[in-house]
Amino acid sequence: MHSPVLTLVLHLEEVLIVGAALFAIGLYVALSKRNAIGILMGIELMLNAVNITFLGFARMSVSEDPIQGHVFAVFVITVAAAEAAVALALAVAIYKHRETVNIDQIDLLRW
Amino acid sequence: MIEDNGIVIAFWILSATTIACALMTAAVRELVQAVLFLALTFVGAAGIYICLSADFVAVAQILIYAGAVSVLMTFAVMLTPAADRHNSETIFQAPALVLSGLLLAVIVFVVLDTDWAISDAGAFQTTAASLGEAFLKPYVVPFEVASVLLMVAMIGAIVLTRELEEDDDA
Repeated sequence: MHSPVLTLVLHLEEVLIVGAALFAIGLYVALSKRNAIGILMGIELMLNAVNITFLGFARMSVSEDPIQGHVFAVFVITVAAAEAAVALALAVAIYKHRETVNIDQIDLLRW
Repeated sequence: MIEDNGIVIAFWILSATTIACALMTAAVRELVQAVLFLALTFVGAAGIYICLSADFVAVAQILIYAGAVSVLMTFAVMLTPAADRHNSETIFQAPALVLSGLLLAVIVFVVLDTDWAISDAGAFQTTAASLGEAFLKPYVVPFEVASVLLMVAMIGAIVLTRELEEDDDA
């Protein structure tokens, strides 16, 4: 076996920073968008970022049972699917009554 | 840490693609294009999962996120035709930018400042078998609760979007 000239190393920190960058983008999208579906996209981005972090820890950090990180990631995906279904149904239901899904025009509860 | 040249290079290419697509999701002005970039982000994240030797979660990600959730979002955009398709921001754009930038800075600082306990266990051989065992032994109650949650969400989505036939006398 030949010895490689250069060995690249991926540290846990780098995985966590990629996850944090994705989470920050998702937070920005969720907080700033006017369209309710756009906000939902931001939430999905954040959930994905959290999953990257979970799997990074499962792969690299010390744990008695590293598969737990994968279990939690699968639960996150499950709950995200349920949340997306209900939230998009809500958006469509609001659209039927108000002809808009812009959150700054849905002000029924404002007095 | 991972000391495999191929995996490290793949990880950085996939990370760059994923973050670029996420930025495009925030930046493009057409909602349908934002959904498409979001689907690309999901695929890129699945690639990152594979780099972290999470094969089962990566496949679940492709099936559920890139497959189902993106289609669901496209449907939601298409079912709201008269709504504003412009992917614009509210007055909270600047505070949101500041807040997410601050959050990123804090997380990066904490990540670099912490002394993580790194294991040298290496990659998982395969995760599907041990995941199945985990779901049916220690995590059987959360697993069943998740099933009930999915069913409730499905019924809820149907109830919310149902056309009421007695609409005219309401």
